[in-house]
Amino acid sequence: MARQGFNIRKQTGFSQIAIACFVMLYMPIILLVVYSFNAGTSIAIWEGFSWRWYVSAWANDQVQEATVRSLIIAVWASAIATTVAVLAALATTRTPKFKGQTAVFAMINQPLMVPEIVTAVALLIFFAMIKVATGYTGLLYLIVAHSAFCIPFAYLPIRARLQGMDLSLEQAAADLYASPFKVFTRITLPQLWPGIAAGAMLAFVISLDDVVITEFVKSAGQDTLPTYMLGQLRRVMTPEINAISTVLLAISVTMVIAFTVLTKVRN
Amino acid sequence: MTTAISARSLRKVYPGTPPVEALAGADLDIQDNEFFTLLGPSGCGKTTLLRMIAGFEHPTSGSLDMFGASLLDLPPYKRPINTVFQSYALFPHLTVSQNIAFGLEMLGKPKTEIKETVAQMVDLVQMSELADRQTGQISGGQQQRVALARALAPKPRVLLLDEPLSALDFKLRKEMQLELKRLQTETGITFIFVTHDQEEALTMSDRIAVMNAGSIRQIGAPRDIYDHPAERFVADFIGDTNFLSAQITSSNADRARVDLSSGESTSARLPEGGARDGQVTLAIRPEHAKLVMPDDGLLRGTLENIVYFGTDTHIHLRLTDGTPFTLRQQNNSETELQFAKGDTAGIRFAPDVAQVLKD
Ligand SMILES: Nc1ncnc2c1ncn2[C@@H]1O[C@H](COP(=O)(O)OP(=O)(O)O)[C@@H](O)[C@H]1O
Ligand SMILES: [Mg+2]
Repeated sequence: MARQGFNIRKQTGFSQIAIACFVMLYMPIILLVVYSFNAGTSIAIWEGFSWRWYVSAWANDQVQEATVRSLIIAVWASAIATTVAVLAALATTRTPKFKGQTAVFAMINQPLMVPEIVTAVALLIFFAMIKVATGYTGLLYLIVAHSAFCIPFAYLPIRARLQGMDLSLEQAAADLYASPFKVFTRITLPQLWPGIAAGAMLAFVISLDDVVITEFVKSAGQDTLPTYMLGQLRRVMTPEINAISTVLLAISVTMVIAFTVLTKVRN
Repeated sequence: MTTAISARSLRKVYPGTPPVEALAGADLDIQDNEFFTLLGPSGCGKTTLLRMIAGFEHPTSGSLDMFGASLLDLPPYKRPINTVFQSYALFPHLTVSQNIAFGLEMLGKPKTEIKETVAQMVDLVQMSELADRQTGQISGGQQQRVALARALAPKPRVLLLDEPLSALDFKLRKEMQLELKRLQTETGITFIFVTHDQEEALTMSDRIAVMNAGSIRQIGAPRDIYDHPAERFVADFIGDTNFLSAQITSSNADRARVDLSSGESTSARLPEGGARDGQVTLAIRPEHAKLVMPDDGLLRGTLENIVYFGTDTHIHLRLTDGTPFTLRQQNNSETELQFAKGDTAGIRFAPDVAQVLKD
């Protein structure tokens, strides 16, 4: 009989550890969701089902403002990051190999490797200088910062899609009198869009979720949803926080499912 | 006759460690309206040559002209040349007719003309019923025909075909061979066809260039190449051949008297630019020789094996000097093999069917 290969699933305790991990991961989230429907004001004592915290969050001016701000930033940041990512992905997959390509690749992915807190402090100092020089204190700082750290998240799925594409299709188009621009718009882009959509969604979710960089970069009165929630921790916590979190969770889950479906789209 | 494509000392080296010399200086003239075939084993540089003509690869050195004007500064999309890719490379997000219309659209043809041409092309390759299908929903043979229609639709001056039939099964391949030949004759477009299948090359081509290891070994009509291979590689690659050593005793422009190992002498054809004296190798096709009584033969040998193939019989002999020799005899009611395994027989062939090889 052939010797069985090493199978980690057969090791004693594997299932138990795995289950424990899943419980640790999902139990708190399930509780959070459940208590968002709590009729009482406690985030730990169940007093019956109610939508009241969703209603109250909806009616809360600060939550409304923070939500709108979060969405504005996320939409702009994901749009900018995706555009830059498409260009970067084309430059790293559709041009002859150039000197320093690996370095460029590393630089594009920099935000994934530099600790976020370092980027946050650096941006804080850098933007402070600009604020002093220009006096501008608007939302642009947050949009720029978010765009920057979203780029690698948008870049990776787009690049993967470009690399998986059959190069002979683009050659066939060139052979049939399509200029490089036409090749891109008529052949590359239509096949790339699932990658672009996936990248944009990932960037959107990442931007929507960011706390650290936002907390450092934002000016007074520029709370996003996550930083607003963080601020609430210092006061009395009500299930309103649970309700907001649940909505954020729903958005993220939807996006991640859409992302998974899109990255699986072939042709 | 006009020359469609002309290459001089065309060379391609792919960078790398070590660099690969895929084409080592090719000289080639392809005539307008010609069905020209590049034939050679895998890796001999056929695709590289084709891709340089299409514009996907830039030659390392040499010149490449089309109707007298250099192609080298033109990007692929400015060359009036279309390609049928080995993998077909159909656009998966477009339908059959949209694929065929693509080239015409890119050329900016008017809508009505595009519609007309596409309808013609769809008809020509017998795909009318499937015109609105996505290309992923049709069979390999149908994809092949769409690729062909797509490449023909813009009416290129030259059509390049890179092993377009290699993915098809035997029967479909035979059909498409005839189909391609018909299309070429009807459209008058110059076809440059790549294959590693010698039979395909022989049946379809006006002329064949036999390639090996990055160089063109011989160019000629199928009959020329088959009957008069210039060197051992060509003789061996195309059909079956017997190789005999012989001694040239005298020669004129294109014929030589040669002494065979048996001491008998015969007349053989000389290749262009080959040796005209001394020890040479002769090539003789199995079907050009016949068995005779031992004393009547130019050569003598022992029958080692007799293999029946239906339409013909292959007879394997060992000559007195030890060389193997194969002979092919058609089976019909009039011929009957008068020899059995182990017998000694003579071998005869007509003057000039033996070809002196360059190497
Ligand atoms: N892009 C490339 N880079 C490096 N070597 C290549 C490349 N394309 C082909 N070659 C090499 O060049 C030689 C000729 O290849 P090719 O033209 O594809 O031959 P064929 O079409 O006759 O099979 C082969 O040795 C092949 O490995
Ligand atoms: Mg090839």
